[in-house]
Amino acid sequence: METTAEFSFDTIEARIDSVSARDSVGDVVNRSQHLISIGEQIMSAWLVAHDQEPTTETKEGFRLIALHRQGCKGDPSFNACRETCRELAYHHNLITNDPDHPDVYKRLTMAGMVAKHLCLFVGGKMQVAELGEFCCSSRPIRANGG
Amino acid sequence: MTKLLSKDKKYKRVAYYPGCALEGTGKAYDTSTRAVGKQLGLKLDEVKNWNCCGAMEVKNIDPKIQTYLSSRVLSNAVNKNKHDVVMAPCNGCYHNLKKAEYDLENDPATKEVVDRLSTKAGHKTYEAGQAETIHALDWIKDAIGEEELSRRVKHSLKGLKVANYYGCMYTRPRHIFPEKDQGPGSESTSEPHFMDDLLATAGAVNVDFPLKTACCGGAHTLSDSDTSTKLVLNIIEAAEAAGAEVIATECPTCHSGLEMHQIRAEKVLGRKTNVVIMYFTQLLGLALGVAPRKLGIHENVSDATDLMIDKRLLWAT
Repeated sequence: METTAEFSFDTIEARIDSVSARDSVGDVVNRSQHLISIGEQIMSAWLVAHDQEPTTETKEGFRLIALHRQGCKGDPSFNACRETCRELAYHHNLITNDPDHPDVYKRLTMAGMVAKHLCLFVGGKMQVAELGEFCCSSRPIRANGG
Repeated sequence: MTKLLSKDKKYKRVAYYPGCALEGTGKAYDTSTRAVGKQLGLKLDEVKNWNCCGAMEVKNIDPKIQTYLSSRVLSNAVNKNKHDVVMAPCNGCYHNLKKAEYDLENDPATKEVVDRLSTKAGHKTYEAGQAETIHALDWIKDAIGEEELSRRVKHSLKGLKVANYYGCMYTRPRHIFPEKDQGPGSESTSEPHFMDDLLATAGAVNVDFPLKTACCGGAHTLSDSDTSTKLVLNIIEAAEAAGAEVIATECPTCHSGLEMHQIRAEKVLGRKTNVVIMYFTQLLGLALGVAPRKLGIHENVSDATDLMIDKRLLWAT
């Protein structure tokens, strides 16, 4: 799933709600995979906006994590969504490893909220030019000319 | 010869750097931090003539000036208060003091600016390694520890379900926190747990909360309020979905952001949430038997009264 001309963070946000809703159609494993794909789309959108070709490689079994690593190279502020990507991968593992677990829908809901954070965070950073410079935690330690 | 002290002894009396936020919107955090310290027999000597750490505003314009400002705080703690441990409960201050330490150690250009400005300002230059900066979580965790804390608990939090929210600045970027990720007993940058540990000791049940270090949009509040509101709403809704009755905070910026955008989410987006937002020091103080007013609970925007009554955590002052 790659970034397309129709890509918008609002659409993505609505899709996350739809995929993670308890009464949505489709089995939980597919829906969880869909959330991972959405995460990849968000990461790819960031990379494309920064004139980079999104990697097809995987890291720790997830393209999502590889894309995040690619995205934060040269931009430490992007590291602020590292744990979000990892939480999404973690919840996906929980769901796929035990799709019959009594808490599986709760896990899917959580995965949806984690994906939504990713969407809002990256969308927010892209929405306002130079917003990365205002990130609380991760401004480059020695920015050029700083 | 300098006598090496273990952390539990070393942290019993520290220089206290409240920072600007704890004199304003985060006043209740200051009140509850001091009250908990007093209750636990820990001494706080406020850094003499302290100044702003440089926060985000100065850092965004000139990071070296921010480093100087933070270094002056450290210099005063070392040279005026005669302390080698500085405790900063605010994540922003804590982060900036740690960053200053890192820059002074690793960046000669920054050191040159700090040396020059310190001389011009007429105070001793802070040298990297003269002091150790710690957070309020380190302070209680290491000076008291869970075992001793459990002995001091007078009113257990009795299964109060808590989502511990650390925010983004407590652990990032990792390289300015060399003491973290050092194995058992140390704090983790990817899965912080010190607040979880302390509140569990006080009787709380920590829910599995996946957004504990997620950005609250604090720095975007003015430039892009709607994104901040949505980020906060998502954090709050995730905490509720995880079963939390309370979100425990350890940063005044996160705390104010959560409180403010919880209200804004209801007004602007029509999404009402009920989880209560409290500083971890307020929860700990309640467990230690400190009266709610002495913990500034009435100063919170988020109204904890019903929950505290329900959990029988309110008692006469």
